[in-house]
Amino acid sequence: MRFELTRIPFVKTLLKNRWPQLLIWFVMLAGFIFAIQAGLFGTAVGNRNFGIVFVWIAWWAVLILVAVPFFGRGWCAACPIPLPGEWLQRGAIISPPERKPRWFNLRWPNKLRNIWLQNLTFTLVALFSSVILTTPKVTAIVLAAMFFLAIGMSLVFKRRTFCRYICPVGGFIGLYAQAAPLEVRVKDKQVCLTCKDKPCYNGTTVELRESSQAGYGCPWDVFPGGLTKNTYCGLCMECLRTCPYDNIAVNARPFSADLAKPSTRMDEAFKAFIMLGAAMVYAGVFLGPWGTLKLAAYSVGTTAWSVYAAAFLGFIFVLLPASFLGAVWIGKVFSRVKTTLKKSFTAMATALVPLGLMFWVAFSLSFVLTNGAYIVSSLSDPFGWGWNLFGSAAVPWQPILTSVLLPLQTLVLVGGLLWTATTARKASLEVNISAVPVIVFSTAATIAMLGLLL
Amino acid sequence: MLAPLPVRASAPMQRTLRVEASQFAYAPAVLEVNPGDTVTIELVSTDVVHGLYLDGYGVSVTADPGQTASLTFTADKAGSFRFRCNVTCGALHPFMIGKIQVGPNTWLMRAIALTVLALLAMLVLRPELAKVEAG
Repeated sequence: MRFELTRIPFVKTLLKNRWPQLLIWFVMLAGFIFAIQAGLFGTAVGNRNFGIVFVWIAWWAVLILVAVPFFGRGWCAACPIPLPGEWLQRGAIISPPERKPRWFNLRWPNKLRNIWLQNLTFTLVALFSSVILTTPKVTAIVLAAMFFLAIGMSLVFKRRTFCRYICPVGGFIGLYAQAAPLEVRVKDKQVCLTCKDKPCYNGTTVELRESSQAGYGCPWDVFPGGLTKNTYCGLCMECLRTCPYDNIAVNARPFSADLAKPSTRMDEAFKAFIMLGAAMVYAGVFLGPWGTLKLAAYSVGTTAWSVYAAAFLGFIFVLLPASFLGAVWIGKVFSRVKTTLKKSFTAMATALVPLGLMFWVAFSLSFVLTNGAYIVSSLSDPFGWGWNLFGSAAVPWQPILTSVLLPLQTLVLVGGLLWTATTARKASLEVNISAVPVIVFSTAATIAMLGLLL
Repeated sequence: MLAPLPVRASAPMQRTLRVEASQFAYAPAVLEVNPGDTVTIELVSTDVVHGLYLDGYGVSVTADPGQTASLTFTADKAGSFRFRCNVTCGALHPFMIGKIQVGPNTWLMRAIALTVLALLAMLVLRPELAKVEAG
């Protein structure tokens, strides 16, 4: 069941036109650079600094509560980090130039064409998150590092290699984008098979640079004709602009549509464990009453932090996957059909996508509703220098909607479990094993998360 | 979810609890009182200025370093409530959190019951969930 949004002329025009997106990019880029400036030169008090408040409270709230669940990689289409690099790589900001600049233009190595590096970068950010989330200078340095790395990689490699293979955020957005009710797909695959130049992937030819379909090949290195899931489509709309046959559609679809086709990749399976485990650890560290745990997570380089880091890594990379493997193995025992354990493991890990997403939503609801008030004051005094631009600098901190927090979190977590049970059933049909042990695993994880949050 | 749980009720009493606040924790971090108790929290700050804001009740108190400040309220809402530092006290300030339990944590019990019931309902409505394909 799909509804083609690009059938609506206004939507199609809005998406095909480069100017609205460019306007959003400029606003995002200005905000991003301002956040770095605030982090570097503003107050060291995190909850009074625009860099911390706007990145880790405002942006995070929009990302995890709205953008990812409803628009999948919608954020990637607005993200400012790859822009300067991409503009340099293309030698243009809007239409393709007459002559392409001569950068290295290398192909990303085959062995790294997976999301293991993204798993690593996210894990690193997660390990140091107590410091990154609370120290404006560290947040600024991390953002600036991502920004300059993205520029450097654009000059050395083709397309958006930073977004596709390195970005710690892009990895999990891609994973959860599979559950989102929005997709870019081709209307008729036969049209793509007979299309000679494939401008959606290769870009339009120089002769067409003045035409309405002038554009670039997919920055995400995806051939739209082969798109079957959202994971690696950045929703940049380049293919919509370049397709000479009007064969690209932006569709509204049911939630979870991609999850009917379970993953076969171990890197994606581990992304699901990393995200699930990190949400549980964050709930314990940031929202729990255990001061020793908070201090251990914050005191980077100490013995306490090393123990915390070892426990964090052990939980995410050993305990969770090993228990899940046990569940999958038990599920296989009840099956008469022989499927390899590896195939069953990766397929069934797809069921953890909705569970992890809902864990993050439940965690973020608490985090955002109790700290959201800082947004109002830091708008007026972004550097913490005593400014009062909009008269709201002195607005006192006050948690909001805490009376509905527990019911909301409960509904989100229980809903996530039911969603996971349905997904587990679909995945189990693909590999012919019982879904029940995985549902039991997911129930245990949900009860643990309820215990941490309620 | 909303039906009363068979929990033993205790007679309300006066309770004074001493809570030490230091960067970035409360000690004890988890307090337990009975519904109806008149609770006085004596907040003692051992390093910088700290505060205590109680979710659900909307009451708060601030303690200067080395000083004790008191907060009295009637625990007339049952459940589990977070309390948080409401005075910026350092890097981990937004995460300086404690918990007060007014009676047993019935919301958690109800949530776990809801989880199990929802799964059972799903199995009844969609029995194919438990089946294994013959292939």
